[in-house]
Amino acid sequence: MENVTNRPETTSSAAASRRSFLRVAGAAAVTGGLLTACSHADESSVTPNGSARAAGPTISLPTGDVGILAFAYVLEQLEAAFYEMVLAKPYPNMSSSDMALWSDIRGHEIIHRALFKAAVGAGTAANVPDLTFNFSSIDFNNRADVLSNAEAFEKTGVGAYNGAGKYIKDAGYLTLAGKIVSVETRHHSILRELQYPYSDAFAGPTIVTSDTGLHLAYEPTFVLPIAQKYINETLDASALVKSLTPA
Amino acid sequence: MNLQNLFSEIEKVDGEIFDRLAHVSRRSLFSSLTKKTIAVAAPAIMASALTKSYGQSSALPQGVKDVLNFALALEYLEFTFYDYGHNLAMIPNNYKPAFELIRQHEQVHVRLLKSVLGSEAIPMPKFDFSAKGTFMDTFTNFATFSAIAQTFEDTGVRAYKGQAPNLQAAPAILQVALQIHATEAAHAANVRYMRGQKGWITGGTAAMQGLPSVVDGSYKGEENTVQAGVDLASALAGDSRITPAMVMQAFDEPLTKEQVLPLVAPFFA
Repeated sequence: MENVTNRPETTSSAAASRRSFLRVAGAAAVTGGLLTACSHADESSVTPNGSARAAGPTISLPTGDVGILAFAYVLEQLEAAFYEMVLAKPYPNMSSSDMALWSDIRGHEIIHRALFKAAVGAGTAANVPDLTFNFSSIDFNNRADVLSNAEAFEKTGVGAYNGAGKYIKDAGYLTLAGKIVSVETRHHSILRELQYPYSDAFAGPTIVTSDTGLHLAYEPTFVLPIAQKYINETLDASALVKSLTPA
Repeated sequence: MNLQNLFSEIEKVDGEIFDRLAHVSRRSLFSSLTKKTIAVAAPAIMASALTKSYGQSSALPQGVKDVLNFALALEYLEFTFYDYGHNLAMIPNNYKPAFELIRQHEQVHVRLLKSVLGSEAIPMPKFDFSAKGTFMDTFTNFATFSAIAQTFEDTGVRAYKGQAPNLQAAPAILQVALQIHATEAAHAANVRYMRGQKGWITGGTAAMQGLPSVVDGSYKGEENTVQAGVDLASALAGDSRITPAMVMQAFDEPLTKEQVLPLVAPFFA
């Protein structure tokens, strides 16, 4: 990986710390997973503190598999709402190929949202209502801003599914999550390519580690605060997080 | 696997672990470094999980061993293909960085799976990238090369997906497999895009992906529009933003080992 001339982004800090990092990485990695699974004493809530936005009603995510599905439903609602905004107010001079891309991705996310609402209906929709969103931090008139935010949402989604898979007990639900995550990854890959054409950014070292070839995986406790920034309602995932143990 | 015990074990082995990382609390360690640590240390994680759960790698449950060796066979296939194509003149310069990265990923996937399987790993087979004479210009014609690459990647995604439930008994391995699965999907989308295809799979035939019918089997079932018992094409029929093609694209379907083996068999010498 000496040749960095094609890198559209810098990974210098990660690279610089890698050597010393590797010495403790094995233990750190396992403890990271452990903390997720076992250290709940300090996990009271994932709600950001001191938020300036208007407080919405609090939504408590259920536990176990239904809670994971509810978590996925939250993320799919977020993604679908974002792409609905992109096309409700297209940025100036949106090309026909961009329009087609956004329409496809919007369609996929609306479909994912509909699936979770219908398939897990009583279990999920009863616990998670239609959420409302605040995308005021995003400039929908600016293609670069739309692209980078879309990429960030997809990246979070991919990492979320990859990190949650091991907590799913039901094999059918695991397969269902698997059917979705690879499509989210396809979105992410294409959005990266559009941001950094003809490079290896679609799966470069900030996305896929170069020494193991593994794509992102995020724990639910990492993902929820990111999603919360855009959601008016307050998510309380403390019960869900407590209930999570690998299958 | 008892994670709490494992946690204690690690602290015994490396009591200074948290001192070393004193600048981060346990919680922020977990939230900010999970991706890097888990990814970088995957072999260590897998080895730990295996040792803790099963003692020796040779005591791996046959089911997990089978999954990993199946994955290894596919990774050998992919790596050898890209390694052969590495820097071939017929790959347009614009696409060389992408193919070089994909080659490297398949190489480290092979290494990773071999490290987990140890002496149980199958040896590298011999390959025939003409697929018994079906493709006569695999390494001289970029159209053929990239078409085969797309088929391998799309099929690889489906193959890993089909195996996920077989790894539920080994959560650390499951997570690694899911992460490899996503890497293959990122490859697939990019290769599709450079071929002028959509990044996602539309429909259940090779022709719909701009591929010859000889690889139809790699796409069979992708026309599915029913998920978890819900016919999504019907359910969303009234939504003008949604097409049946999008419903097919929105989900990648799994393939079983029995379905995958005949698809890749022609490429094994």
